[in-house]
Amino acid sequence: MTGKTIMKQLLTFVKKEFHHILRDTRSMLVLLGLPIVQLLIFGFAITNETRNVNIAVLNNSKDQATQNIISKIESSKYFDVYETLTSNDQIEKAFKTGKIRVAVVFQQNFQNELAHSNKAQIQIIADGSDPNQATTLINYLSTIIMEYQNELNQQSNLPYTINTEMRMLYNPELKGAYSSVPGVMGMILLLISTMMTSIAIVKEKELGTMEILLVSPMKPALVILSKVIPYFIVSLINIATILLLSVFILGMPIQGSIFLLIAVTILYIFCALSLGLLISTITNSQLAAMLISLLGLMLPVVMLSGYAFPVANMPLVLQVLSNIVPAKWYIIMVKSVMIKGIGIAGIWKESLIISGMTLFFLLISIKRFKIRL
Amino acid sequence: MKAVVLENIVKTYTTKKSIIKAVDDVSFSVEEGEIFGLIGPDGSGKTSIFRILTTLLLADKGNARVLGYDVVKDWKVIRSIIGYMPGRFSLYQDLTVEENLEFFATIFNTTIQENYNLISDIYKQLEPFKTRRAGKLSGGMKQKLALSCALIHKPKILFLDEPTTGVDPVSRKEFWEMLKRLKAQGISIIVSTPYMDEAKLCDRIALMQNGKIMKIDLPQNIVNEFGKNLYAVHSENMFTLLNDLRAYPQTENCFAFGENHHLTMKEDDPNKLNDYLKSTGHNNFTISKIEPGIEDCFMQLMK
Repeated sequence: MTGKTIMKQLLTFVKKEFHHILRDTRSMLVLLGLPIVQLLIFGFAITNETRNVNIAVLNNSKDQATQNIISKIESSKYFDVYETLTSNDQIEKAFKTGKIRVAVVFQQNFQNELAHSNKAQIQIIADGSDPNQATTLINYLSTIIMEYQNELNQQSNLPYTINTEMRMLYNPELKGAYSSVPGVMGMILLLISTMMTSIAIVKEKELGTMEILLVSPMKPALVILSKVIPYFIVSLINIATILLLSVFILGMPIQGSIFLLIAVTILYIFCALSLGLLISTITNSQLAAMLISLLGLMLPVVMLSGYAFPVANMPLVLQVLSNIVPAKWYIIMVKSVMIKGIGIAGIWKESLIISGMTLFFLLISIKRFKIRL
Repeated sequence: MKAVVLENIVKTYTTKKSIIKAVDDVSFSVEEGEIFGLIGPDGSGKTSIFRILTTLLLADKGNARVLGYDVVKDWKVIRSIIGYMPGRFSLYQDLTVEENLEFFATIFNTTIQENYNLISDIYKQLEPFKTRRAGKLSGGMKQKLALSCALIHKPKILFLDEPTTGVDPVSRKEFWEMLKRLKAQGISIIVSTPYMDEAKLCDRIALMQNGKIMKIDLPQNIVNEFGKNLYAVHSENMFTLLNDLRAYPQTENCFAFGENHHLTMKEDDPNKLNDYLKSTGHNNFTISKIEPGIEDCFMQLMK
């Protein structure tokens, strides 16, 4: 067989695959729309960022100092005073309505106590049913109150003061997109490259067309290659959408080299494609391929890749397990290149691991690929 | 050279519960330019034989050769000279008629134009629908398209696994006429079918059951060897008639065949049967002597 006929076979086959993708509107919507929807959901709707949280204030003192603190709290972008309470028993009621997350209680004679005994008390009551957010809110409130205290201290000259100054490196505004974009990239590429590729190959088995393809003189490797190319292209389109969205809509700049970012992404796509190939060699139905991809891959990616939960806080067993999740290494690389602006020298270890995994999946797939039924 | 030779082929499938012998020590050969029919009910091993011959399945025991090439060693060569139409409709439902044909032409290293004369008879009927998706074709049209796709690379041997199952009688007839024309062009055809009436359209047939070949011969010879008088018996109450006929001491064989019961007798005397049926209270019954068909021979062999 000459190179020309092989090229022609390949092109015809790839064209056929695109017909399959383009004529199935539902799956095409999933392929191209899912990344956009996921990125927007994780970027805007589901976020750990705290903004405009409703709080209640019980001001038992009503003097200059408490007013100053309240207006300082309100002027921050984090809090809105939702209601002003008049007695202690209203606090719990206010929490039970679900409208407020934090209540701030000032003691009686706040300003007097502050001026004369140098000691005044503010009670912060937070909704502990969401511990992470409660902690964050308490920290924000304490910071605001500390600021007020510092302002007071500047007027009088106190001898010993230690000021802490915090700075969030790489993500000064603590934007949620900085963690969701790499996570969504890791997830989407795995979903499309692995699940769709395995389904596309298994579909041929299920429909019986594989029987004819096998009987044809077309080389099995060529069949696989033509199955993989369209999803590779779809993945590249998705990468472009994700990056454009994250830069222009979510306001997340690419600090490092964009070429390096694309290079590691292509490496990751290869890894996901070869994993899809492996799944297709061990299953015979589209349903099984989908279940393996979803349960066997999506779950570990979300749980173990460090995207949703920090790996360092996990039990040792899970920490070890997380090492075999390719997305973990990819997300580390994306964060390094995209957010920290690190070059190839900083991510060679991760690239090597993913290359090794790809090779491993490919070898097993080739070994398991059947030239017969 | 023989088109196909099978020698003592055995194929077993192992499931958790049991071991099934799908092909049980089968040997036969097919001449070049012949239409050879594998006739048998579902599960008689026809598809397994097709898959072994098309190199898709490995036999447990025995050898098979297609045009002199060994199905195990020379699988690559065989795959480029055969045309195969699997039992299930195996084309792409979401591609149009033309796209399907073009696709299969390309992966078999040819073009539609190159071998158009081979498929023109069949494809002419499909041409008005060439922009229609294959999934939206009727059953007969689907099979014609599948045959076109199997033929497009001008194979030397055609393997057709139940090509007419689920196809209307008119299309079935057309389909067989096409096979005759292909045979005239020198293509050997091996076809399987569960329809006994199609058996007489083959040059030679093998009657199969439970993985074994019961008989191989010309259809006419098989019918001639029936060797008994066959009677079609009809009455108002067909169900009690079947029981009564089977209870009749002289009955050798009795089966329900469409609207009649087909009967052979040990002592060939229709008059005695007439008396017997009267005595059992049947009204308006008819007993007529008929020519046996392949199906009757099959039933006789199955016993």
